[in-house]
Amino acid sequence: MNEHYYNSKDLAKFGNVTEFQKELGEKFFSYYGEVFKDSELSAKEKSLIALAVAHSVQCPYCIEAYSSDAFEKGWSESQMMEAVHVACAIRGGASLVHGVQMMNKVKEIAM
Amino acid sequence: MKSLKAQNSFLVDAHRQIEIIEHGQIGEFALVPFQQKLEQSNLFPLKPSGIEIFQVNIGKMCNQTCRHCHVDASPDRKEIMTRKTMQECIEVLKNNSSLRTVDITGGAPEMNPNFGWFVEEIAKLNRKIIVRCNLTIILANKKYNDLPEFYKEHNIEVVSSLPFYSQDRTDRQRGSGVFEYSIKALQLLNNVGYGKEGTGRIVNLVYNPAGAFLPPSQQALEKEYKQALNQRFGIEFNNLFVITNMPINRYLDYLLSSGNYESYMEKLVNAYNPAAAINVMCRNTISVGWNGYLYDCDFNQMLELKVACNSNHISNFNTNDLNKREIIIGQHCYGCTAGSGSSCGGAVA
Repeated sequence: MNEHYYNSKDLAKFGNVTEFQKELGEKFFSYYGEVFKDSELSAKEKSLIALAVAHSVQCPYCIEAYSSDAFEKGWSESQMMEAVHVACAIRGGASLVHGVQMMNKVKEIAM
Repeated sequence: MKSLKAQNSFLVDAHRQIEIIEHGQIGEFALVPFQQKLEQSNLFPLKPSGIEIFQVNIGKMCNQTCRHCHVDASPDRKEIMTRKTMQECIEVLKNNSSLRTVDITGGAPEMNPNFGWFVEEIAKLNRKIIVRCNLTIILANKKYNDLPEFYKEHNIEVVSSLPFYSQDRTDRQRGSGVFEYSIKALQLLNNVGYGKEGTGRIVNLVYNPAGAFLPPSQQALEKEYKQALNQRFGIEFNNLFVITNMPINRYLDYLLSSGNYESYMEKLVNAYNPAAAINVMCRNTISVGWNGYLYDCDFNQMLELKVACNSNHISNFNTNDLNKREIIIGQHCYGCTAGSGSSCGGAVA
């Protein structure tokens, strides 16, 4: 298979999801637009959160979109990388904290 | 870093630049023609709304060599306006009271040896005077140290590039050490009242993206700039102008060499805003080149696209003729109509 499953040009087709389900798609995009507006958090702050979440959910489209958006909004490379580390720490921590479950179980059955 | 001209770059040929802007580097790149967009907005042919701003580029010589410069200005550029041409500009201003604002640009306009004389002559004509000062020139040489006083004395509005409120982004675009000197220069301007409330002395800053992307919201960024510059350096300024980089000269060179040209042009086209198109600056501005030729804007000047009418030189300036002309457009014009629009005064929509 020569084609990549993820194609960056497909990001521009995101809006086309309304072709198969108009009402829900439109509601989503309307909501999405509202979420990213300046409000209690600035659009700039939201962009950095989105970048971290994008890495956490490992969405190539989101990573591409919010790498550009966060940099364009003025976050520096090191600030953006720190945000990725936050995502990494939470993901890694989420695995590691379950070590407690493992320990609980092992202690329960061990002599 | 040298100018494209000193490097003998293929981009020195303005016709070649236009070919690339219109059709890409190998002639196969096609986007919606700007003319078509204007037609859809009922703006074609694009006509002046009445010339009010007389923008004079008094030379390509500059103490900096910025990576995004559409003028290809640099210390190695020697093209500067003569006193004779400046005198012709003064005569035009005397005879045309509708030209309310004189916008002096470059290069670093202060490096023209007749800069001081030119400003003093214009000041006698009671016009609003804008000088596009790159800030670092104030500290580049002792002879420029009194520029803040000179600006103050002649009631000049200062417009200065500061691509970001951090050193990293500014120096990346404008050269090593530029941020530090720009901050010192702004403090000197503040010391004589520029940017201070109630003084009437105006210093506006200009943001340009340091890369292949469009500028963010002017309003939000101005707030960030004000907060950051004030907290860190005690600097005050009036307004922030957010300006889109034009795919001309050194910025075009950057786009081509970094592989960003096509995606950048697509961004510009996709961001076309009819409201910005109505307010493009070429409708109320005339641009005078260092050698006296007239252009629709500073960008057309760099592409050597002279105004499309008989009055195409300062020596035969005719407002009626110029106000009836059709403004020359091209794919680069998308740079002024993208998003909130872009002009020498920042966003327009």
